[in-house]
Amino acid sequence: MSSLRGQIRDFTHLRYKRRKLLSLFISFLLSLSALAAASCLISVFGYVIWKGLPHVNLDFLLSLPKPVGETGGGMFNAFLGTLLMVFLGSVVGIPWGILTGVYLSEYGRGKFAFLVRFSADMLASVPSIVVGLFIYVLIVKPMRGFSALAGAASLALIMIPIIARNTEELLKLVPNHLREAGLALGIPRWKVILRIVLRGSLGGITTGVMLAIARVAGETAPLLFTALNNRFLNLNPTQPMASLPVQIYTYAIAPFDEWNQQAWAGAFVLVIFVFVLNLGTRWLVKPTALGTRD
Amino acid sequence: MKSSPLPMNNQNTSVFEKIILRKDVRFADRVFFWITRLIALLLVGLLVSMGLFLLNASSLAIRSSGIVSFVSTSVWDPVKEVYGALPVVYGTLVSSVLSLIIAFPLSIGIALFVNELAPAAIGRIVGFLVEMLAAIPSVIYGLWGVFVLVPFLREYLQPWLISKLGFFPLFEGPAYGVGLFSAGLILSLMIIPTISSISREVFAAIPRGQREAALALGATRWEMMKLSVLESSKAGMFGAMMLGLGRALGETMAVTMVIGNRAQIVASLFAPAQTMSSVIANEYAEATSDLHLSSLALVGLILFVVTFVTSSLARLLVWRVTRSQRKLK
Amino acid sequence: MPDDILSVEGLCAWFGEHQALKSIDLNVASHSVTALIGPSGCGKSTFVRCLNRLHEEVPGASASGKVLLQGKNIYDANVDPVLIRRKVGMVFQKPNPFPALSVFDNVVAGLKLAGIRRKSVLKEVAEKSLRQAALWEEVKDKLDKAGTSLSGGQQQRLCIARALAVEPPILLMDEPTSALDPISTAKIEELVVQLKKDITIIMVTHNMQQAARISDRTAFFLLGELIEFGDTSSLFTVPKEKKTEQYITGKFG
Repeated sequence: MSSLRGQIRDFTHLRYKRRKLLSLFISFLLSLSALAAASCLISVFGYVIWKGLPHVNLDFLLSLPKPVGETGGGMFNAFLGTLLMVFLGSVVGIPWGILTGVYLSEYGRGKFAFLVRFSADMLASVPSIVVGLFIYVLIVKPMRGFSALAGAASLALIMIPIIARNTEELLKLVPNHLREAGLALGIPRWKVILRIVLRGSLGGITTGVMLAIARVAGETAPLLFTALNNRFLNLNPTQPMASLPVQIYTYAIAPFDEWNQQAWAGAFVLVIFVFVLNLGTRWLVKPTALGTRD
Repeated sequence: MKSSPLPMNNQNTSVFEKIILRKDVRFADRVFFWITRLIALLLVGLLVSMGLFLLNASSLAIRSSGIVSFVSTSVWDPVKEVYGALPVVYGTLVSSVLSLIIAFPLSIGIALFVNELAPAAIGRIVGFLVEMLAAIPSVIYGLWGVFVLVPFLREYLQPWLISKLGFFPLFEGPAYGVGLFSAGLILSLMIIPTISSISREVFAAIPRGQREAALALGATRWEMMKLSVLESSKAGMFGAMMLGLGRALGETMAVTMVIGNRAQIVASLFAPAQTMSSVIANEYAEATSDLHLSSLALVGLILFVVTFVTSSLARLLVWRVTRSQRKLK
Repeated sequence: MPDDILSVEGLCAWFGEHQALKSIDLNVASHSVTALIGPSGCGKSTFVRCLNRLHEEVPGASASGKVLLQGKNIYDANVDPVLIRRKVGMVFQKPNPFPALSVFDNVVAGLKLAGIRRKSVLKEVAEKSLRQAALWEEVKDKLDKAGTSLSGGQQQRLCIARALAVEPPILLMDEPTSALDPISTAKIEELVVQLKKDITIIMVTHNMQQAARISDRTAFFLLGELIEFGDTSSLFTVPKEKKTEQYITGKFG
């Protein structure tokens, strides 16, 4: 027994320095990986500000694209297009997502609910370019033309599963005794759900919706062959429509410096839009939002 | 549904309830239930019809060459109307695997740093920054890739790697900048948030007692992480990796912008290539022949099936792991 | 006293702003069993967790004061908590074997950390520790099964064996039987009495009968203060403090 203890002590002293160094070294590596990710974010963000901000001015914000060779011009049509398509997508996507979330949280037991939950998760992981393909076959082809409606549909399709799962998670946090209290007062269940359960988590649901909007506002791939692009100002949803992400893409891969600069400026606007939505929700509706995220 | 969704709708309701719950109320309840259920069903229908519509759209390509020869033919040439998906499958696989090789260790490192190592305040900041990484739209990554990453790789990193490791086919020159390597790098940046946040979830589900057991035995911090955290989250980390892979396989814009868009199979990582998603993004809007459209749809269908399989496996794995850990707790 | 293996002087502990321990003084004699009793939230668990410096691993927690282990203050600036934990083993309230490791690997986990890899040594120690923990007969045929496949009582004894394997002079037990059935509890109590000849045991319990049955000395904690500390027999029969008397007669807690 004493021999073992001696052995342990010898080994411990011999190896302890090495173990401690190893632990320190790995802690250093872990910190380094965190630093690497953080600096990549700062680099992307920094470049967008550095290259984009100087070119953002009233002309850029409020005028239409000019042909190659002419200076000036802006992305007004793209801003408007993105806003319009995100709005149209939200009109369908938000209620659909929330009601699905309500179903999953309030009635969601058994196999069918599992299927719905699973489908939502799968839908959320379908590549957005495939969503675009699907909408092309579903809407663009029968309608014989690219249109803002098709673009909005693909954005809605991306929003639905995100909102549904978020709503479900939030509603599940509402304590059961609140529902029972409502039911015990003789309030019908559907009113309990709408008036007590949904209203109680309105903040969190809003957060989820805003995050979903932020996500689709930056989507490019599903718009490439649904809404296509449009060099002119168009407010007719049955016609092709410009959008900010597609415009950034087009200008980024074009061989003209002027366009490249505008791509950066557009990127700046898009990043600000997305970040304001992200940060805004975080600070505006803090209690529920943070409670569920961490 | 075994348990009735409408508890008031059973036989032995009290007199009090019968007075309160008039028929129309019960009817309204039932209507509400069926509305939400129908809408939820529509979501399932969307997923199913997505598969069916894509299948239908790609039927011409399937009939003309068959799936097996489609994915094993190595020429993709719209001009000659020859459509073999091997180069784009290859491009997708290599860029995704490359991104995993870079992103997986980094993400686990970040997750360990935030959950196990850093003081709460710093951990929260890093966690927030990584979450922001997920919020940046793909096209912005592409823009950054085209004007920042690719020039840097072309001027500095790739020439250096070629001079040191050029004897190895993977690192053969010339340094184009655009290509598999750049795509892999950008992809890794985009999947880090996915892998690290899922890993953090998995780690957080491990009971405190596990960590204290290791510390009480005289483990150093790293030994504690290895013994209590990593050892028991292998399945969860694998699930996180698969979810990351699912994202990488389908990611489109950033890849399209930096991969060089040439459907070819070349050993060098520095050579331009094409992925399944980027070939659709590049060619679909301009494709005119039916076979071309159908072949692109078939590529989309394959992408759909592959990401479906990866993500569902990953989902089930992560679900099972976090649930069983919660039970232990 | 010369044969005190552990003496605590003015130990204070905090969780953030909340002070959980208020200047505790206490001596523990070598080869004895000391029981810590008191209502929940009185600081007894925090106290033992300060003795192997595990308390400070809780985010926001801190401690001050002196804990002399074999004459050396473990809260000195140059002391490495990892080495302290090697000398002061611990068994927790809920059994916590490493789920990914087998029974055998659980027992020798501490030895492996210390760098002992020779199979013969590991086997010998594993058997000895499992015998000490009165578990050998039950698990000798399933050493390579997962540690979590055992029953709750067996898991707890596995954790005791794991702590004993590195031969710590002191073993801390934080309500080791509160999650167990009466039979497992009896086994562990028996074990504690047996172990006394080899090591020193400090045990938190909320069960006064348990304290009376197995301990030599008992400390009564209330609201972060040490109210009374003395021989178990006298503390339970003729308590000096009014509060102690009220507690052991069931007036509160």
